[in-house]
Formats: sequence, structure tokens, C-alpha cells
Amino acid sequence: MLLIPCPWCGPRDEAEFGYGGQAGVAYPRDPGALTDEEWARYLFFRDNPEGPFEERWNHSAGCRRWFNLTRNTATNEITPISPSGDASPPGNVATGEVGTASASWDAATGGPR
Amino acid sequence: MADPTPPREPATMVERISPLAGFAGVSDTRLRVREIPFLRQTNLRADPGKVPPSLGLRLPMEPGTWLRSGGADVLWLGPDEWLVIGDVDLPRSEDVAVTDVSAQRTTILVAGPGARDLLAHGCAIDLHPSVFGPGRCAQTTLARAQVVLVAGEDEEFRVLVRASFARYLADWITDAAVDY
Amino acid sequence: MTRRRAGHEGQVLRFTFDGRAYEGRRGDTLASALLAAGVRRVATSVTLGRPRGIFGAWTEEPNAVVQIERPFPEPMVQATTIPLYDGLVASSLSGQGRLSPGPDPARYDATHAHCDVLVVGAGPAGLAAARAAARTGARVVLADDRPEPGGTLPDTAETVEGRPGAEWALAVAAELRALPDVRVLSRTSVIGYYDHNYLVAVERRGEDAVTRERVWRIRARRVVLATGAHERPIVFSGNDLPGVMLASAARAYANRYGVPAGRRAVVFTTGMDDTAYDAARDLAEAGVEIVDIADAREGRLVTAAIGDGDEGLRTVVIGERGEGLGAMTGSREVEADLLLVAGGWNPVVHLFGQAGGELRYDERLGAFVPGDAARAVQAGRNVVVAGAARGATTLAECLADGETAAASTPPTSLATPPSPSGGWGEHVWLVPADDETHHFVDLQRDVTVADLRRATGAGLRSVEHVKRYTTAGTAHDQGKTSGTLTSAIVAQVLGTGIAGLGTTTFRAPYVPVSFATLAGRDRGALHDPVRVTAMHDWHAEHGALFENVGQWKRPWYYPGPGEDMEAAVLRECRAVREATGAMDASTLGKIDVQGPDAAELLDRLYTNLMSSLKVGAIRYGVMCRADGMVFDDGTVIRLAPDRFLVTTTTGNAAAVLDWMEEWLQTEWPGLRVRCTSVTEQWATVALAGPGSRAVLASLAPDLAVDAESFPFMTWRDAEVAGIEARVCRISFSGELAYEINVSWWHGLALWKAVQATGAVTPYGTETMHVLRAEKGYPIIGQDTDGTVTPADLGMGWVVSKSKPDFVGKRSFARADTARPDRRHLVGLLPEDPDALLPEGAQLVACERLPEPPVPMLGHVTSSYRSAALGRTFALALVSGGRDRVGERLHAYTGETLIPVTVTHHVLYDPEGTRRDGRPDTSEGARHDG
Ligand SMILES: [Zn+2]
Repeated sequence: MLLIPCPWCGPRDEAEFGYGGQAGVAYPRDPGALTDEEWARYLFFRDNPEGPFEERWNHSAGCRRWFNLTRNTATNEITPISPSGDASPPGNVATGEVGTASASWDAATGGPR
Repeated sequence: MADPTPPREPATMVERISPLAGFAGVSDTRLRVREIPFLRQTNLRADPGKVPPSLGLRLPMEPGTWLRSGGADVLWLGPDEWLVIGDVDLPRSEDVAVTDVSAQRTTILVAGPGARDLLAHGCAIDLHPSVFGPGRCAQTTLARAQVVLVAGEDEEFRVLVRASFARYLADWITDAAVDY
Repeated sequence: MTRRRAGHEGQVLRFTFDGRAYEGRRGDTLASALLAAGVRRVATSVTLGRPRGIFGAWTEEPNAVVQIERPFPEPMVQATTIPLYDGLVASSLSGQGRLSPGPDPARYDATHAHCDVLVVGAGPAGLAAARAAARTGARVVLADDRPEPGGTLPDTAETVEGRPGAEWALAVAAELRALPDVRVLSRTSVIGYYDHNYLVAVERRGEDAVTRERVWRIRARRVVLATGAHERPIVFSGNDLPGVMLASAARAYANRYGVPAGRRAVVFTTGMDDTAYDAARDLAEAGVEIVDIADAREGRLVTAAIGDGDEGLRTVVIGERGEGLGAMTGSREVEADLLLVAGGWNPVVHLFGQAGGELRYDERLGAFVPGDAARAVQAGRNVVVAGAARGATTLAECLADGETAAASTPPTSLATPPSPSGGWGEHVWLVPADDETHHFVDLQRDVTVADLRRATGAGLRSVEHVKRYTTAGTAHDQGKTSGTLTSAIVAQVLGTGIAGLGTTTFRAPYVPVSFATLAGRDRGALHDPVRVTAMHDWHAEHGALFENVGQWKRPWYYPGPGEDMEAAVLRECRAVREATGAMDASTLGKIDVQGPDAAELLDRLYTNLMSSLKVGAIRYGVMCRADGMVFDDGTVIRLAPDRFLVTTTTGNAAAVLDWMEEWLQTEWPGLRVRCTSVTEQWATVALAGPGSRAVLASLAPDLAVDAESFPFMTWRDAEVAGIEARVCRISFSGELAYEINVSWWHGLALWKAVQATGAVTPYGTETMHVLRAEKGYPIIGQDTDGTVTPADLGMGWVVSKSKPDFVGKRSFARADTARPDRRHLVGLLPEDPDALLPEGAQLVACERLPEPPVPMLGHVTSSYRSAALGRTFALALVSGGRDRVGERLHAYTGETLIPVTVTHHVLYDPEGTRRDGRPDTSEGARHDG
């Protein structure tokens, strides 16, 4: 039973969390502009390293927040990425290079990003 | 069209039935367990920086704490979410989402010197008074049900559980209580 | 012939072993009581059928594994760890016990504990560590598997701080128990050491306790492993005879229980330390005649133990060692009934190994000890090994070790090997002989040196492989006495070093645990939560049978007198199609979606457009994952310009809310939307059938219910049966239908009021399934399996062409989702209108099954008898199905092929004429349009 450090609630048993896989895989800015192969890469391809791995967790039975942490897949050693008590969302989970939201959506809502 | 208002006191005399109606509970020197039915509960979601003073409530900003404000108990559920227990009307606005959840969960009181030990059978968080003393609350799991656990004074805990899980949890508590 | 030393005459307890009555004393184990009674043979070996006696005195015991018959049958229990109690009935085994045929009446449970320091083992090191930690005010848990504290102190009768060891241990334990933040758990075995200092222990609370055994799940900031050491046997011919015993065990029986384990004893020691001489001295004091001491340092080795039948050992053969191993010169035969074996000590490193700690072979100890603890600490496991468990060999070392182990930072000295106490001999694992078929390495598995040689002869070089080839170390003692021996002898045979060979992997549990203990209270009604609705009691009182949907209990059907399921469901279906039915629909997931961008969020997550929905109206929607596969469906109700109520399928309520939160938090934090679950805020009664309008009108006199005032896919707030309600005009059956939502608290009152009209028939999920299938409405999760797109379901109309994007849209342009041979949802009509296809049946084109592989076209997803159609029918996913309408296929039942005809998936009222309750009127948008 891993002890997962929720940035908000503190360390809780793994059973309270949902696993979200590799962190930083952003929803493509314009999916329609991607080739089938590029889209398939977004959908289906994830890293699987032995060692430190940045991944997403959701405190589903607690505060329901998503956050990122680094877990060593060989030892389960966990390194928090964002400190507890930070007032901002403790992990803009998608931090990939392709951007974090569709351009059209940003335009539609005047979103801050 | 008007935004439907949450049901308050029923307009009519139709009988309300709580999820644990008929629950015998436990009444012992070491342990007291009973349902506190029909508490008015309001879920409130807002950006902590955008809570208007007109709300008339002080919101706990420290994770895992609750406080009493404006005649209600206000529980921290998440960085942008609180549960208000008490008969208060909260205005909905662009920045503040307000949802009536009075019937969503019922409340089980677990109290007495055996309360912490009983809860520890099914709850994995540290319930030591130095960690989970009066003023603390937590969304976690008790047995196999998700709950909101609220620590009060004098070894009194309120366990908020969704209505559909209430009988399961009451049965579980009653069963655990044979050791106390 | 009970023999008991003075000072050990406790209360007499009666017990039965193998059908004979005996007496023991309070404080005995079954093993000490048997020894005191002169019972030599306690087991028969599993493959060779050889007599076996008591070999150890605690959890290391490989031989004395017995069946408890009463009070409750329990197989494979170590006689050395069973506390004797009055009325115990046990019998010997041959490697295999018997489970009870009846249910276990005892209670088992589990609990959680948190501490600053968990100390495992209450021997001298563990007690010292716990005391030191407790005196700093730390929260301490001390777990020890014995009934009394002190570890082996009562075995050795040593003194600590000027008092007898056992007395000192009791005093320290009492001091600890008096502290509010210290928990002392006796008879508690820590069985597993898991990630992030999560340890699991089993407390044996006794036959008289409310709870017989309790699982402790302990989360510790620091763990001190003070688990001690096991004495190591030496392998020679006949080393398995009753009467051959670990020297430490014989010493324990003499000192702790006051039981001399024999009359004439020979001691065989490698001379690694002087504990064998201490044992000899203590046994002599207990009245055992020590007739010889074979010390390997003097070149004297026991070459054979010879005995007969149940009596076991009679003669010990001692040889003088010449030049080189195996060259024995001269021999002496000694009459003896007890042979004490002292081959050195193995630190108990099992838990450390489970924690991922690395072990190091220690030349001087001839054993594996915890290596550099850094690796274990690095992995978030703050763990320190103290005392004999890390190779300390004297009592003083153990006490000092314990004191420092509790310090806030582990002293570096703990990572360095302990200094020897002097008098080191050489390692003797094996006294070789030409015939090694009675040289036992693993007593419990009957594995001999000959077996190990066979394994290495077959080319095996790893101890892990040798273990699996020979089964050495796989018995339920998990190789406590045999593990190091196996490594050492394999290394010797191969001519390599032990250090490089290493050990096999240590795995939980450290001692056997019953499944009943692990199950705890999670059995019977508490095995999994049962979720019920506000109307549940009415359903149960009216004879409903229930279907499990997720954790929910939903009424399945309500059989009338003499009705079977088929008759009841046909009756319920007819009632809805011809009159009025009522169903408890409270289990559907409900999510309140609020905020200025609520419509935008729904537009992004549903395949169809939600922002165009008018306040007061309702729209059906489908959600897909990014891969374009259908994930959930339900209705969306617009309550206000910035507020919606979304319903989900019963099983997906939590998943849909999580899905919304995931997108909002991780991709679109700029959207001003908040989602709140209100599933249990509302109780819902579905009214369906041509008569439902009249029923609703009678319950809600102030509500205008005519089709013009209250059109399809709209909602109204109204008072129904005197209760505040929200009524939605939606249909999942094709009939005129309403869903009446009230507060959960009023759910039962509403349901009773509906029933009191006398005009409605309660119906369950089976009828609901039949009715929707007749209309071709899919159930997500039954007719879909995560590989099905809206187009596959024939619901291309629910996919917006105008939205720039929504989750799943890009995938609809993939070549794969455009393939013409994708599996489509179609209807099937068996040629025999009475033939009911099994759900899951594969569909093939051919009339006779060819040789495999058989080309399969799809499978049946739903199959029912229809009252309305007067026949059976099915839904199926069929490759290119919409292009096969009219084709004849065959459903394979596992025995026969049933011919079926492919049809359109909407089989009943395809024109949608019944939705308004009058066949000649149509209005508004179709439910599915
Ligand atoms: Zn949290």
C-alpha cells in the first residue's frame, strides 16, 4: 500500500487514489491538424521507464484534486512535485510542449491560458 | 425560467424518511452511535480568491479543517469546495456554485472513549488526537464507503455518508461495536 | 511419564493428541507439553514417510506441524507456537492438513495503527529500542509474536540489569504499557513489510477473545527490526530423527518450560560461539546427562544419528576428521536419546529482505546479514536492524544496539558488521558421506543433499532454480532452518562462494496466516457495500428479486403468485406497453453542473451540441473517450442558462464525474464550471405506458400534463402527491413516460402514492431492458465494450458535425473507425420464434462449423422474449451488420447453431408513434433524433 502525498490532504493510502498514467501528455492544441499517426501517439503511446517517472494521480476518495508526482518505478520512492498548501492548482497536469488546450476553445471562452 | 430552488422544509406534511430510519444505534458508556437525520447541507464551490463577502460565511482555508460560522458548520472538502451544514441560504453567482445536497448524505454520530478505536478498524488515516483532534475533518474511506469524517469536542465524530451507503455503514459500525 | 523441573508446576491443562489424553501446564506450548509427556514422534514426513520429532522451540519449527481438531479444525499449525489450553484436541500430520468442512464460527477483524517507531520483536534489543523511543515521547508500537516479552531471555535464563532476563522484560513491557502513546502487541507476528513503511501484523487474541485474530495495518515513520536469530542445523546422516534438536530449542524447553527434552544427550557444535556449551550446562542442571560434546574445532563431527521407529534417536556416531572434508578417521558410537545441534546463527532478515534491503554474507557468522541499509532507506523506508537480527552475538551488544536504533538518525555504526565475541570456529554445513539420501536439508519438504546434488548435476546454478527444482524452502516454514543451508551446500557442491550465490527472495507472510484472518469482517453481508434506494424496503416487502448493478441492489422483477421470471417479465412488459408501469430509477447518476461556462464544458464532452438546449428542455447525449469509443450516455437537463443536471448510467456515475473533473482541472482550468454529485439527493420514479399521463395528472392536479403544455423532452417543477418534485418527460421504452424526481427523504412516500393509485404495475430492470431493446436503445457496458463508436451503434445522428472539436471527434476520422466491416449494432430474429439466444453467443455465417479457425462475425449482446413482438429477439454487434440486414447467420450456443435473420436494431414502433401515448400524434424531437 503506497503512501501517496496529496498536495492538499497530506499523505493518504494508495487506495484513495486513481492513477492517471504519465504526466505531461497534453491534449493536442488542434487535433484535426494531426496525422493519424500523431493522433495515435497521443492516444496510445506512453513511456514506461525503469526509474523516476512523472505521473498523474487523482485523490478520488478525498479532495478529488489531480496532481503530479515523481515515482521511481523500481523502488516506489515518491518525490512530490508541488508543495502542500500552495493555493494554486498543485499541478497543471498537462505541461507538454504542444500546449494545453485547443486554440478554438481558448478563443471561445477567453480562457486565461 | 427561474432557477429551481433547493427543497427546504417540505411544503406539505408528507412524511420524510431518513436513510437510517429505525437504526437502533449503540448506547454504551464506551460508545454511542446514532443517526442525526435531515441536516440541511449545501455544497459550495468557488475559487478561494473570489468568495464574495456577501456570502456571510467564513470559509476554512486550511485543508482538512472545519469551523463554525454564521450559524453553520463549514467543512473544507477541497481547495475550491466546502460543505455547509446548517440552515443558511447561500446565493448562487457566477463565482460561487451552490448545490443543495441535504439528502445526498446522512450523518452518523460516533462518540465516546471507544470511538477512535472503532473508527480505526475501517479508516486508514491517523486518528490520533494530535493529528485528528477537534476542528479537523477529512474525506476518506470508512470500511468500504466514502465518508466525510468530522472531529468534534469530547470524542464526538460525525460520519457523513451517502444515503445509499448508509445502511451498509451502519451495519458495519454495529458489527464492529461488539468489541467495545 | 511427565517430567517437569521444580518451579514450573503451573495449573494442569488437559489435552488430547492422536487420540491419547495428556496433561500439560499453563504456559506450555503443545510442543513442550508433548515433550514433557515423553511423546517423541509428532509427525510423519511428507514424501518419505519418516518419523519426525520436535526440532525447534518457536516459529523455526519444520517438523511438528499438526492438525488442531478442537475447538475448531485448523490445519498445519506449528505445535511449538500453539499455547496449550484446556480441551485442546490435536493430531499429527504427514505434510498435509484438513480444512474444516463447516463454517468458522470465530470472529476475525482488522484495524489500523500509526506510529513514529514500530519495533518488531520484544527481545533485549527490541525492548531496549522501544523503551528508548518511548522515553522521548514518541508514539511507539512494539509487536512481538510470543505471549511474554523478552524474546529468548526466558530460554537462556540470562540476567539483564541485575535481574533475571524474563523479569526484566516484564518490567520494561509494563513500563511501556503504562504510556498512553505506546502500544504493546504480544502474540502478534509481523508478517509483511510493504512499500512506504506499511507493515501487516497478525495478533492472535486467543480462543476466549471476542475477536480470535486481528490484522494490524501499521504505518510507521521508522521501523526497528529486532527479530533475533534462528539457530542453524548441521546436515549429517539421519539428522531428521526424533531426538535430534536444535541446541537452543532444548535449552528453551529446559529453562522456559522446565522440560528436559531427553535423558542422555550428545552436543554437536561447530564452535561458532559458546551457546552450545551454555545449553549443555543448562540441560545438565535440568537433569539431562551430557554424554559427549562433539566440537568441530577439535575435529570431532557427528557423522550419523541412528534410531528406530517412533522412539527415534538411540545412537550417535562421532567421527574424527582427517585431512580434507569427507575423510573421516575412527568413530565412536554413543547411546543417547537427544542430540543437540548447534551450527551457528542465522539473523532473521526476512522482513528486511521484504523491505528491499540488501543482504551481505558475513564470513565470520557464516550467515546473511543486513548489508548497507542505504538502499532500503532510499526507497522511503526508514528502517534499522538491531540486535541479533543484524548479527550481534552477545546480550550486551543487543541491548546497546536497541538503545541506539531508536535514535532520530541511524548511527552509521549500524551499517558496519558487529565485532566477533571471540572463539570463532569454522563453518560446518554438512558432514559428507557416500550416501547422502538421508542427509536432510529441508526437513519439511524431505529435501536431502542428494537432491541438491541432483539439481546441480542437472545444470542448475542459481539457488532460486534449485529451490524450484527440489522444493527446498517452499514449505510453510518458508525455509527458516533450510534457507542458508541450501545456499551453503549448493555453493560447496559447485565450488563457488556463498556470497555470490546469495539467498532466495524473502516474501510475505513470515509465518502462515489463515484466509479467515485475512478476510476479517469483509465477508457475508459486509463483503462489499450494498447500496439501496429510498424505496428498497417496499421492493423487498413486495417480493422483488434484486439484480446487482455495480454495488446497487435494483429490483429485477416482481414475481406474482406462481410466476416464474419469464411470466413475470412478460406481464410487466405488457403492462408498460398497454397500461402503466412504475420503476425505481433512483440509481442513475446525477451531476449538477454550474457556472458561466457549463454549456461550453458539456459541448466539449458530449458528442452532440448541448449549448443550444433551451432552459426547460432535455437532450439525450453520448460521451466518448478521446479514442472515440462510447463511454457513457444519459440525459442533460437545462435548469438555467448556467446550470445543467446531467444523468449518467448507474454504474458510471463516479467515472463521469471524475472525467469532468479531470478535464476541468488538467486541461481547461480556465473554464468557470463546478460539478457536484447529487445522485442521492434525488429519488426517482419512472412512470411509463400509455396510461402514465392520467396517473401523473391524478397525482399532480396542478400540473398541465397534456402533450402541448408538457411536450416530450421537457421538464416541469410541480407538486406530485403533495411533494415538491421535478418531472421530466423522457422515455427509455418508446412509450409515453415521465420521471418524477423528489428528495431522497420523500422517495418512499412518492413510490407509495404512485402505487396507491391502483393503476400502475411495478416493473424491474429486466422489463426495462426488454423494452429498451425492442426500441434498439443500447445499454452502455452491455451492448458496448469500449470498442464501439456512436456510428457503430447506429447513432451517427448524436455526433455533431458543426462543433470544432469535442472529446473523441478526431478519432472518428481515423481509418479504423471508418472501416466498413466494423461491428454494428443490429437486431437478430431467430428463425424459431421460441429460441432464446444465449448472450455472448458467437455469430458465424456458415451452417456447419468448419475446422478452426472459424471466421466469427460478431456476438449477441442482449437477448430476450418480447411480449410486444410475440417472439424472441436479440441485439448483436455484427461485422458490417447494417449491410447484412436480411442475411441469415447462425448463433453458436456451444452445442448447436441457431439460424437467425439480421434486422434493423429498432424492432418495435420504429416510427416513434407511441411516445405521446396516442398513436396518431408526433411532436418535438425524437428521443433518439
Ligand atoms: Zn486530497
